[in-house]
Amino acid sequence: MSEDSDTSDTWTLPYRGRAGMVGLLFTETSFFAIFVVAYLYYVGKSTSGPKPAEVLLLPTPILASIALLSSSWTIVLAMRALRADATGRFARWWLVTFLLGASFLLLTAREWVRLIGHDGLTIATNLFGTTFYTLVGLHALHVTVGLTLIALVFVLTLRGYVDVRHAERTEMLSWYWHFVDGVWVIVFLTVYVVGR
Amino acid sequence: MGVLDRTVPAAEPVAEAPSLVTRLHGWVVTVDHKRLGIMYIVSGILFLLVAGSMATTIRLQLVVPNNHLVPPQVFNRLMTMHGTTMIFLVAIPILFGFGNYLIPLMLGARDLAFPRLNAFGFWLFLFGALLLYFSYLAGDGLSGAGSAPDVGWFAYAPLTERPFSRGSSTDYWILGIALAGIGTTATAINLLATAASMRCRGMTLGRMPLFVWLMLTSSAQLLIALPPLTAAQVMLLLDRFLGAHFFDTQAGGSAVLWQHFFWLFGHPEVYVLVLPAFGIASEIIPVFSRKPIFGYPVMVAASVGIGLISISVWAHHMFAVGMSPAANSFFIASSFMVAVPTGIKIFNWLATMWGGKIRFTTPMLFCIAFLFQFLCAGLTGVMLAVAPFNWQLTDSYFVVAHFHYVIVGAIVFNIFAGIYYWFPKMTGRMMSERLGRWHFWLMVIGFNLTFGPQHIAGMLGMPRRIYTYEAGRGWEIWNQLSTLGALFQAAAILVFAWNAIVSLRRGAVAGNDPWDAWTLEWSTTSPPPEYNFATLPEVRSRRPLWDLKHPDDPDGPYE
Repeated sequence: MSEDSDTSDTWTLPYRGRAGMVGLLFTETSFFAIFVVAYLYYVGKSTSGPKPAEVLLLPTPILASIALLSSSWTIVLAMRALRADATGRFARWWLVTFLLGASFLLLTAREWVRLIGHDGLTIATNLFGTTFYTLVGLHALHVTVGLTLIALVFVLTLRGYVDVRHAERTEMLSWYWHFVDGVWVIVFLTVYVVGR
Repeated sequence: MGVLDRTVPAAEPVAEAPSLVTRLHGWVVTVDHKRLGIMYIVSGILFLLVAGSMATTIRLQLVVPNNHLVPPQVFNRLMTMHGTTMIFLVAIPILFGFGNYLIPLMLGARDLAFPRLNAFGFWLFLFGALLLYFSYLAGDGLSGAGSAPDVGWFAYAPLTERPFSRGSSTDYWILGIALAGIGTTATAINLLATAASMRCRGMTLGRMPLFVWLMLTSSAQLLIALPPLTAAQVMLLLDRFLGAHFFDTQAGGSAVLWQHFFWLFGHPEVYVLVLPAFGIASEIIPVFSRKPIFGYPVMVAASVGIGLISISVWAHHMFAVGMSPAANSFFIASSFMVAVPTGIKIFNWLATMWGGKIRFTTPMLFCIAFLFQFLCAGLTGVMLAVAPFNWQLTDSYFVVAHFHYVIVGAIVFNIFAGIYYWFPKMTGRMMSERLGRWHFWLMVIGFNLTFGPQHIAGMLGMPRRIYTYEAGRGWEIWNQLSTLGALFQAAAILVFAWNAIVSLRRGAVAGNDPWDAWTLEWSTTSPPPEYNFATLPEVRSRRPLWDLKHPDDPDGPYE
């Protein structure tokens, strides 16, 4: 603790946005963990049907997962383009990211429409419905927030307000997006693998 | 500012009015960490007065057997609102207000990392608090004491489910606390980001003042511990409004899950509050012992250790629920473990005082009382962590006595120490030492007289939260002593409020550094300018001001 690393002329500290985003994601992790715990705790404790295995079909969520997880890759490509000051390429990959995220939401919506309309599963039906809609819905809410922010950056980009100087800030948004994707992996495993 | 200014000329004759409006407007739109810190502390003190009068009413209700000073429903509301207010609207805002005010100053920065987020957090907190108190006006209105929450500050589900808690009182509790909690989370993130990225040149992590270290540990802990409460509140809200079944036992929901989630928040919360209080003591004790803190690295390690261990002790609040022997053993062991770093800290404070040239100023007096009272709190805490002992005394006044020794005896005492210590920096005026001594002695006597006897009442079997009790159980005398002590405390608080108001106007001018202290906040003017430091300081040791005052004998070589 006594060694003087500060005698040199360099005194650089991390970007404040990075520290703030780490803090936010830290507390969000704790928040999601509680809903995951509640989900796992109530697996198989429903006193009435429908049961997860009866109504949860895998194709739609798998397709949705592919869309969401690949958007993590496209946002990395977008960030690389922005750091290289290739704004046009950034805008294209950014748009692809938005579309992939939006298709995830649409697929989730389609699944919910089927579950509610066809299978009669609502949040009030049984414990499975309660925990399913809460956990998946909480994640979808985070996707929606992310998409809103991504759309905002896209509009700003089209108007020419975004360039390499904003790479650091934009990267914080990409961190949030990676987080949302990572959480989906946990949610998917919880709901469609363990819980089913 | 312009909008409001233009409305003023209509009332031209009054010369004072525009300046007042402008001044208030300045406070409302401010993003200055110092003003926001002061607003946090002042709103906390106002809520302290409210919750303190609730406590006094509770004590008056319990002074004699079969008393009916207030109706039972009102008693339950008083008890609920007293606890909720003290934790969420008094302790948190005052301590995080100190953090807000002091961390940029102590780290040699010009503001927090996100000033606007800071303002946002404060106003969320304040309106969450006002929403909670709006419940008094809502529902049945003032005549029936409104629909203030009456379910205890822990709001155990399923008792808070729709069929058992009708009306909207529980909803006010959920929404008010959740909003205030989001505000506090924003502040915690802000404090962490400030320490990570705003430290002045030379302020390495190993040179940060202990107050900063403890605020950071507390903030990190808050980020882990508050979400379980918010998540459980979201679940409860879904249960109450959308017919979900999280805590609905008839649909297979659990009656115990809420307790786990609540205490997963509730116990770390105690440390979220007590760590900043430790931080205040760790600044004050060295300055008034004229010695650097004893064992700085160990103090940091012990604080972080407390932060880590305290996340895994929550179910010692739930021994009476009937957990498995394995779970009981785990939580007994982890609760014992948290006493180790805490004990280390007490010995380090004592070692700091040992051989020092102690100055018994008001802040130091409060810190010394804290050491004794916190020791008692720790000892009864270890007793309650033993499950068989806990089974005997769970939900008794012994528990009430224990946690008030923590929350009042340690946290509130250090809050007072902090106010006396930093009031000169915040206002430029000293608080009166004479009134400070009156405040201190009334408070020490009142506090110990209130909560000391409650240990005995608890061991004689008096359950907590009861509205009234039968005569002839041997509880009368202890309750009377307790109520007498509460009156002493009320007097102490009035003396304190009087001292603050009078000193603000007529206190001696403080100067930059009235205590001959060592941390950076004392190197700037009192009160500091909006930009804190004209030139950003550069630090070479843990006591930058000592180095400045004693260039012949700097600290660096000894650290």
